[in-house]
Amino acid sequence: MTTQTQDIQVRDKREVKSDAEQTTPGRVFSPNVDIFEDDQALTIVADMPGVPSENVSIDLRNDVLSLSGVPSVSVPEKEEHVLREYETGKYFRQFTLSEVIDQEHIEAKLNNGVLRVTLPKVGPAKPRKIQITEG
Amino acid sequence: MVIRRLQNWPFDGFSGGVSELDQLRRDLGHLFNGLSRVNGWDSPAGVYPLMNVSQDSENVYVRSEVPGMTLDQLEVSVTGRNLTVTGERAIPDEQSDVRYHRREREAGKIRRQLTLPTDVDSERVQAKYQHGILMVVLPKAEKAKPKKIAITG
Repeated sequence: MTTQTQDIQVRDKREVKSDAEQTTPGRVFSPNVDIFEDDQALTIVADMPGVPSENVSIDLRNDVLSLSGVPSVSVPEKEEHVLREYETGKYFRQFTLSEVIDQEHIEAKLNNGVLRVTLPKVGPAKPRKIQITEG
Repeated sequence: MVIRRLQNWPFDGFSGGVSELDQLRRDLGHLFNGLSRVNGWDSPAGVYPLMNVSQDSENVYVRSEVPGMTLDQLEVSVTGRNLTVTGERAIPDEQSDVRYHRREREAGKIRRQLTLPTDVDSERVQAKYQHGILMVVLPKAEKAKPKKIAITG
């Protein structure tokens, strides 16, 4: 019992506050993410419980990366709610990227509600030596 | 903030239905949790993972969002009317040369106990883990199921 792992604390889902109104009903939440990078790539890991892989969309344009996910319908109509401690809704989050990303080789994996996006960096521009000829 | 909430209280016939009441109940729960941290009470609500419970005439359904776990990290047990979910969420370390910019996802133990609304047949309880959601289906005990009563004239 000396090396005790801490209990995970409850945190409310953060609802996305957006100026633009949604065109579809339902709430939108911001997923929790880990972001890290090494020399080769930038990686974003996002918790999106309830979202099947076909409902995830990843979009990169003008250096803005958008992650969104729609959970599959989880509670059938015939069921009557007894207790509701968490809300469900779409997930959406945007990031502005400062690195130049190799768009052709972006990889995304979804496993048990965790989305992992790997964004490979474009290698550093190689210095080009320019020959100067006399004449 | 509190005053605004009170004014928004749906007095007009609960038009918002269950969800607004739920929201209020949750808000109050958080208020009390805030107090309890000060006073050192231990309240059962506000324990990870949060659970949604629903039912139909046959079963009680318990759903919980626990993304990024594996089947062997989760344990579900039922004793009488108590459902217990325990486990440990591990976030494996990345290679040592990475630089973290954000770390919002948490690793750690989960432990949650819930009292079920009815008696259940603990022999036939099923649990499923899909897309990061744990779903437990608990068939109601025969005596807890609704019985149709024939009315005689």
